[in-house]
Amino acid sequence: MIQFEVTVTVEGGLHARPAALLVNRSAQTQSKITLNKGEKQVDGRSILGIMTLGATQGDKLLVSVDGADEETVAASIQQLFEQSFQS
Amino acid sequence: MLKGIPVSSGISIAPVVILAHAAPSAPAQTAPADTSKELELLARSVEQAREQLEKLREQTEEQLGAEKAAILSAHMAFLEDPAFVGEMSSLIENKQLAATAAVQQVSDQFVGLFESMDDAYMKERADDIRDVSRRLIRNLSGTDEEAVFPEEPFILAAWDVTPSETLQLPLASVRGIVTVKGGATSHAAILARSLGIPAVMGAGEQLMEKVSAGSLLILDGATGDLIVSPDTETLARYEEKAAKEAAERAAYAALKDLPAETTDGHRVHLMANMAVPEEADALAASGVEGIGLFRSEFLFMDRSTLPDEEEQFAAYKQVAVAFGDKPVIIRTLDVGGDKHLPALELPQEDNPFLGFRAMRISLARPELFLVQLRALLRASAFGRLLIMFPMISHLGQLREAKRLLEQAKAELREKGVAFDEQISVGMMMEIPGACLQADAFAKEVDFFSIGTNDLVQYTLAVDRMNANVADLYSYYHPAVLRLISNVIAASHRAGIWTGLCGEMAGDPLATELLLGMGLDEFSGAASVMPKVKERIRNTSMEKAQQLAEQVLALATVEEVVALLQDKTE
Repeated sequence: MIQFEVTVTVEGGLHARPAALLVNRSAQTQSKITLNKGEKQVDGRSILGIMTLGATQGDKLLVSVDGADEETVAASIQQLFEQSFQS
Repeated sequence: MLKGIPVSSGISIAPVVILAHAAPSAPAQTAPADTSKELELLARSVEQAREQLEKLREQTEEQLGAEKAAILSAHMAFLEDPAFVGEMSSLIENKQLAATAAVQQVSDQFVGLFESMDDAYMKERADDIRDVSRRLIRNLSGTDEEAVFPEEPFILAAWDVTPSETLQLPLASVRGIVTVKGGATSHAAILARSLGIPAVMGAGEQLMEKVSAGSLLILDGATGDLIVSPDTETLARYEEKAAKEAAERAAYAALKDLPAETTDGHRVHLMANMAVPEEADALAASGVEGIGLFRSEFLFMDRSTLPDEEEQFAAYKQVAVAFGDKPVIIRTLDVGGDKHLPALELPQEDNPFLGFRAMRISLARPELFLVQLRALLRASAFGRLLIMFPMISHLGQLREAKRLLEQAKAELREKGVAFDEQISVGMMMEIPGACLQADAFAKEVDFFSIGTNDLVQYTLAVDRMNANVADLYSYYHPAVLRLISNVIAASHRAGIWTGLCGEMAGDPLATELLLGMGLDEFSGAASVMPKVKERIRNTSMEKAQQLAEQVLALATVEEVVALLQDKTE
């Protein structure tokens, strides 16, 4: 399992559009992805879960990826956050 | 007579169609269910919903554009969510719930979650959850497929309407919307306004008792009046009113792209007031020249914590971008008085309108005020924003507010953050003391905006919500008119301009008078501004000035109104 921290830089926080992009990445893999903000933990495949995290710009999230392709998946998620979800 | 909240203006007269499936909620079924059958039913209803949404999304995109269709894409994404449909399945499997009960339970849970969030955008998502869930329950109950609407004119009556239901209405035949629940800032209300469908919402439960399918209904979207099965005399009166409205609308449509200019070439500016940023796109497209008053309160209401700089920035930026190079005047926080703010824990006051409110709070809590100022400045890089301070009575307050603004600018400069260095700063003129001293204030701001609602209340010592004294409330009182005239004259002597953003700006009876006093900018509800434009285009500055001179010499409200009525007829 890989764990890493990301900072939300996308304007307005993890609203529907960035959440949908994140879910798209999660759906393309067999790895299990979870996001933590403080005490709250949600499934990386759940758009509603991600939205209800209420992550706003500047918030830090802990991401865990667990599965056969965890390294590539982790890199792709990290990239998504680094590029502020600009695809 | 029935009455609701007027949310989208216009008169409609048509038979009622009742959106029957829009019952408050599905009955919770707790009886032990056949698990595999319920799972199959759920799967089928999800599949059906997916097809319905895809069809509606294509149709919406084609007719109304990609932006309105985006709501429906979000609904489709919810259906793919394991925490949504997956949770419903596991409730059926593990708790032996019926499919409808499982949908309702998961829906309630997410509605509660979203509604408890402090972000205005997230709060609204509760509506989307309700919308999708209702669709699933409708499919499960199998009583109807998509609602079929008649091709003949009709008024939709419903418990409440969801955004997707609003988008689904046939624009060719729907004449109006009336609901039991809801209010002016609900998503459906904003959509109704932007689609130009007259609507009255929040009419209360008696609505469903009084109307039945096919009953003839008169709906006045400007007043909120609803008349069920009118007598012939009432019907004739409203038919005449509706015909007049239709003729006016056609005439105004022709004026849309023409300037607000008098016959002798004097040009003024017509702007609109705006309460929530969701209205920005519709207003930007409606032909107004900009926003004369954007109240920043919406960001602060109904929540337990204050919006941070990022959230405020995102909201102001959205508005700045929507209007491009058209000006948007944003008023800094104006709460207290009648507008409570749970997050600030303001003390209960005996006399709130004379108490701790608006700029008085901002100056007492500079750490909060600076957050708003930085957010406003940052957003100013994306459009043409103007900053306006409310409730200023003392010159010292203006200077302190400007000092804090300069401090916010310095902080941004230091961090290399872009903002509009030339940003205009103005103040509301709504306290009689400030109006009398307008010459002193005029030297230190870029513009004035007269707020007649508070100005009348403070000048005449009248609370217009108090029925016993409300008849004393009038912006045609000679004392109010003299203050307005004084403010405009002082601003022009100092080389700055004056706008007016109260109700008076949208009152066509007052248009020529204000024009004659030299008012430079009128800002009112977007729906009434075409009438004001027509008045301006049909008079000359010379005539308007003569009228203003005559009116300012009068002694009573009655004389003023009589003269204005006489001149405008």
